[in-house]
Amino acid sequence: METRYTSTAILLHWLIAALILCAAVMGLYMVELKLSPWKLKLYSWHKWVGVTIWLLVLARALWRLTHRPPEPAPMPRWQKAASMVTHMLLYVLMLVIPITGWLFSSASGFPVVYLGLLQLPDLVHKNKELAALFQTCHAVLNYTMFAVVGLHVLAAVKHHLVDRDTVLHRMLPLIPPPGARGQQ
Amino acid sequence: MTKASRLVVLCAALTLPGAAAAQRVTAIDPAGSEIRFVSKQMNVPVEGRFRKFAVQIDFDPSKLASSKAQVEVDLGSIDTGSDEADAEVKGKGWFNIAAFPKATFVSSSVKSVGANRYEVTGRLTIKGISQDLAVPLTIKHDGSSSVFEGGFNLLRLQFKIGEGPWSDEDTVANAVQVRFRFVGVNKKP
Repeated sequence: METRYTSTAILLHWLIAALILCAAVMGLYMVELKLSPWKLKLYSWHKWVGVTIWLLVLARALWRLTHRPPEPAPMPRWQKAASMVTHMLLYVLMLVIPITGWLFSSASGFPVVYLGLLQLPDLVHKNKELAALFQTCHAVLNYTMFAVVGLHVLAAVKHHLVDRDTVLHRMLPLIPPPGARGQQ
Repeated sequence: MTKASRLVVLCAALTLPGAAAAQRVTAIDPAGSEIRFVSKQMNVPVEGRFRKFAVQIDFDPSKLASSKAQVEVDLGSIDTGSDEADAEVKGKGWFNIAAFPKATFVSSSVKSVGANRYEVTGRLTIKGISQDLAVPLTIKHDGSSSVFEGGFNLLRLQFKIGEGPWSDEDTVANAVQVRFRFVGVNKKP
């Protein structure tokens, strides 16, 4: 029986995780800055990273739907249910958050130009009230995602250190399963 | 149709609407008139405009030599597309509005380059710096008004618009597309 995710799934998981961290740090930092060329650069880069995340998440969701993940270690039913809800929520947030950013950008009168090359169509016309609304959506959904990611990370660490099962190992093969370590 | 009759029709086609359109314009109606621009930030086109400007004009298609125009733009009326940038561009490194509140364009010549198409040359002065400018102009006739439309690429660094760190063209491009539309009131004969 397969004990870990496919290499594609593992690669996409960690790549997306790194990009989300990158976008979050940029986002939290850039909004505090006074207007400067540096600020304009960061806003563009943040949007590029957001578009990239969205595309990778789409690829990952399609991969997940067509490739059955390995059976997790035996665990209480409530934990299985919680993990399913958490994962579903993460997929939804990862797909919706970049779109709220795009909507916020469009409503603010700034088209998104992916990598400085490809101009995406504006989703809405410039409108101050809408911009404020999408800004709030973007922020609230992000803080929601931070909370869900926190839960996701804590659960993985708990499975690894407390339950000493293979849950973390199947997505992070660099770390040996706790059982294997025990046998050594 | 013979060659000669074809020529007559062609001449009539060229001159008749032209004659009907040859209207002298001595005033601009601010309603419907606009000066807009598109700046590029990180290759992102951002629309802006000036809310206040004054145009003095005496345009007569049959007397181009004496036709002239003067445009005075109130730079404080700028709308760059965002409040943050509106405040920024009024400052010293950009327009320095406290010292140079207005941009002016004064025409020196008008020449015809086709049916209802002209080229206006003149001096554009912004922030105490003057440059020669040639602007293509088209005129659309609309009842009692003649609508002047045109545009040009303003190279902002020629006028020191955006100094210091802002002179970096990779962030804010040097070329700013300016487009205008002035609704001219036809002078009654």
